[in-house]
Amino acid sequence: MPVEIDVDHVARLARLALTDDERERFRAQLGLILEHAERVTEVAAEDVPPTAHPLPRANVFREDVPEPGLSHELALSTAPQAEDGRFRVPRITEVE
Amino acid sequence: MTDWETVVGLECHVELSTATKMFCGCANVFGAPPNTNVCPVCLGHPGTLPVANRRAVEHTITIGLALGCSIAERSLFHRKNYFYPDMPKNFQISQYDLPLCTAGTLEVQVEGEARSIGVHRVHLEEDTGKTTHAGSTGRIAEAEYALEDYNRAGVPLVEIVSEPDVRAPEEARAYLTELRQILETLGVSDVRMEEGSLRCDANVSLRERGTDELGTKVEIKNMNSIRSVERAIRYEAERQAKALEAGETIVQETRHWDENEGVTKSLRSKEYAFDYRYFPEPDLQPLEPSTEWVEDLRKALPELPAVRRARFAKTYDLPADVAAQLADGELASLFEAAIVRADGLAPRMIANWLTQNVAGIRNETGLSLEDLHAQLDTIVEVIKLVDAESISSLAGKEVLEEALKAKRQPLEIVEERGLKQVSDSAELLRVIDAVLSENPAQAEQFRGGKEGVIGFLVGRVMKATGGSANPKEAQRLLRERLRA
Amino acid sequence: MADLCDLPAHALTERIASGEITASEVAESCLARIEAVDERLGAFLTVTADLAREQAASAGASAGGVGGIPLALKDVLATKGIRTTCGSRILEPYVPPYDCTAWERLQAAGSVLLGKTNCDEFAMGSSTENSAFHPTRNPWDLDRVPGGSSGGSAAAVASGEAVWALGTDTGGSVRQPASLCGIVGLKPTYGLVSRYGLIAFASSLDHVSTFTRDVRDAATLLSGIAGHDPRDSTSLPEPVPDYSAGLDDGVRGLRVGVVESWLSGEGVEPGVAASVREGAERFARLGAEVDTVELPNAEYALSAYYLIAPAECSSNLARYDGVRYGHRAPDAADVVEMNMRTRGEGFGDEVKRRIMLGTYALSAGYYDAYYGQAQKVRTLVIRDFAAAYERFDLLLSPTSPTVAFKLGEKTENPLAMYLADVFTIPADLAGIPAISIPSGLSDGLPVGLQLMGRALDEATVLRAAWAFEQDLGFSDRPPLLQELPA
Ligand SMILES: [Mg+2]
Ligand SMILES: [Zn+2]
Repeated sequence: MPVEIDVDHVARLARLALTDDERERFRAQLGLILEHAERVTEVAAEDVPPTAHPLPRANVFREDVPEPGLSHELALSTAPQAEDGRFRVPRITEVE
Repeated sequence: MTDWETVVGLECHVELSTATKMFCGCANVFGAPPNTNVCPVCLGHPGTLPVANRRAVEHTITIGLALGCSIAERSLFHRKNYFYPDMPKNFQISQYDLPLCTAGTLEVQVEGEARSIGVHRVHLEEDTGKTTHAGSTGRIAEAEYALEDYNRAGVPLVEIVSEPDVRAPEEARAYLTELRQILETLGVSDVRMEEGSLRCDANVSLRERGTDELGTKVEIKNMNSIRSVERAIRYEAERQAKALEAGETIVQETRHWDENEGVTKSLRSKEYAFDYRYFPEPDLQPLEPSTEWVEDLRKALPELPAVRRARFAKTYDLPADVAAQLADGELASLFEAAIVRADGLAPRMIANWLTQNVAGIRNETGLSLEDLHAQLDTIVEVIKLVDAESISSLAGKEVLEEALKAKRQPLEIVEERGLKQVSDSAELLRVIDAVLSENPAQAEQFRGGKEGVIGFLVGRVMKATGGSANPKEAQRLLRERLRA
Repeated sequence: MADLCDLPAHALTERIASGEITASEVAESCLARIEAVDERLGAFLTVTADLAREQAASAGASAGGVGGIPLALKDVLATKGIRTTCGSRILEPYVPPYDCTAWERLQAAGSVLLGKTNCDEFAMGSSTENSAFHPTRNPWDLDRVPGGSSGGSAAAVASGEAVWALGTDTGGSVRQPASLCGIVGLKPTYGLVSRYGLIAFASSLDHVSTFTRDVRDAATLLSGIAGHDPRDSTSLPEPVPDYSAGLDDGVRGLRVGVVESWLSGEGVEPGVAASVREGAERFARLGAEVDTVELPNAEYALSAYYLIAPAECSSNLARYDGVRYGHRAPDAADVVEMNMRTRGEGFGDEVKRRIMLGTYALSAGYYDAYYGQAQKVRTLVIRDFAAAYERFDLLLSPTSPTVAFKLGEKTENPLAMYLADVFTIPADLAGIPAISIPSGLSDGLPVGLQLMGRALDEATVLRAAWAFEQDLGFSDRPPLLQELPA
């Protein structure tokens, strides 16, 4: 059975503006893909630890020693819009 | 009226004072011009990767140890996913179900009573950048646009979450004051609330006293001082009590503290509930602090404030408040050095001199702690001069100030200003005889039983010696002469 | 008669070292080939001709190294000062302020950059049709796809536009196009090559990987990019051996396990199965001990992959928000609208699908069932390999179930497209080295044979692949090149 997902909610979480056409298409396609992906739940793996890295290591650090970063100009060189040495964005209406 | 019990949990964010950021080599400094301490990593450029700062992990473990936490044998960084323009990757690298430190306690004194507040967890994460809302009024709601500075993005941030064990606004203040003191002693943070290196949120709920269940909690943000936290909790508890009395239900929400109006205000409720989609950060490896590493950090712990306060009070026989003032203050190390240097001086006298005079001189002159340590001999010498009654304590203060400021020898100043107390009997007797012969009426009154007149006579002696007479000695000799 | 650009790097290096030719002549040969065929192939997004000439002029080729040899880079590898788009509108204007580690190392060793190659948007796809700019075509048949997502790099190397190239392999994105284009694609052990500057699709699965004309070149190019990088926490600290050293040692005594269920499974084209079975027999003839092996949990690998990769992708691609770099939708009333429209306009279908899929799989209430369970299945896949490597030194299978398919054939059906990676995904999940080498032609189109080895045992993978390649002597060339004027 294809999985039913709330496309609008997921799109909002992912910050994706979708057209009506995309919404319909994705609803159907994602339903089918998830149906296939749900096969992982058929595997009995209760006492199996999850793998996050194929070759796990631990305690990988850098020392607390400063390194040169980007010049201010280069840092802002990619900005779609900048002002006063900062990245400018449209008004923020939501509080974090 | 129901007897409401206030239940508060505190969530503190502490910026660590490392040399570099959490996951890149950019300098971690406050107040630089916008976007000057940034690199591809902390700007979230495509393809960049984080590498954890060893010192930041050590500082976090150190904080955990100081708060009596268990240090995890295995701890993970997770990604906390949400969009906000001050967050370059639109996720924050934080910790989730496997924080570095758990289950600690913080002992605080509230009105002379000891209270133990549980520390739920201590974890490590990265700070966000700084948003400036621009436009005519500067208020978020009316801003026309916003500007992002990423200097702070990626600064190591430790989150310390208390258990909901705080029962009163005063307890919250005591908890935060003690926590700040500990962090300062550990040397892991500047803990400046006004600069944002210490930030606190409070979860406040009420319940009927005697019941166990927690009420609906409200999260209070935007408090810029410990006093604000105390005020905000007091306000919020009253607001909730009123609402409950009126039969309303409390809504789980986030409210902002408005410092000027002294009230908490509801934020526009969000259209969508938060769903941070935590998952283990695949670009970082697990943290597995070895026993040796943790024990080395434990051994390196400095004396914690509570221990030092108790030791000062006990070892130096100081009243609790003086002990605390010294132990918690910057002059603690000076005090201990002075004790070693000044054999024979009563610790209490040194304590008084430091808390009253030295602290005052430091405030006026702006002398650094290092300056004071360098002139420790001078300080001890002056206290000894007073103790030996070679100079009066008033003169001592004058001498000390001049000596510290001009880096001069105290005795030189005593000589130059003629501040040496005259205790020499022969010399004092000459003056006393002269005073008695100039004031026969007062001498007669004393002999007639009006002993209070002795003050007047001592005053004349002091005047005649230009203030250099030892007043105690002068009085003793006067009495001797008058009774002879 | 082959041009310089058609030779493997080791042949060019020898001739440069002997003074017979110069690095500049090799670069010019590649640039001329790009000029001649790229309009039809569409392998490149950016050609850096001036830089290539400059670097070739100053390159001194050391024998066996990468110096002086012209290279193409998949456009998901960050290059300082050179536009890097990931095949996406959202990064169309993006010029990185830094270099990826792989290119930084090659550059320092005198490598010559020809340009940045086309790919499926953010490396998501198996046909290079998901590029926002144009599709890339297969030099063996211009109506067919080169595979993907690194199809531009594969087509460039197969057509002589580049002598070798780097791609990235997350679910098979180097081995599958190598297979479809008749060249060698090597995906090394996870962590052997730094991911710093590889613009992430799925962090725990992304591998910088190589495309070369032959296996000897694969060893050389891998040596040029392998090794610990302190800027990548998942980079392995182990010392790197000389991969060219034991190449000629042959396969006698090596134990090769044929993944029989994959070969006989439905969906595998008969021509592919036949070519790969012949390949297995060839190994036996060369003295390897060949037997069959089972990987029981591998059938769940594709499902696990399509939860893990989108989940990581949904988070990795959150940074494309129109704030700091890349495309921004104009005239938005507020920042949320700006983010949503920027991403709505900037991303193509496949990327949006995977972001949605991953967002859903990580969202509250689904994490354990989807992402958590997929990570457990990943553990089981790794255990299967561990068990197999107790009996075998190498595992053998087809790289792709099919030869190159027609453009448009699978674009309407995402699931069918995902199945193109069914044999390559397990090695990505396990992080083990795997190579695709040509095993022959089926109906005039190349078939790839996959060898998978133990973690960090690239040496055995390369040695076996080299022995096979030498014995087979695959020398067919794409028809496109036969048409070219001499
Ligand atoms: Mg936090
Ligand atoms: Zn940085």
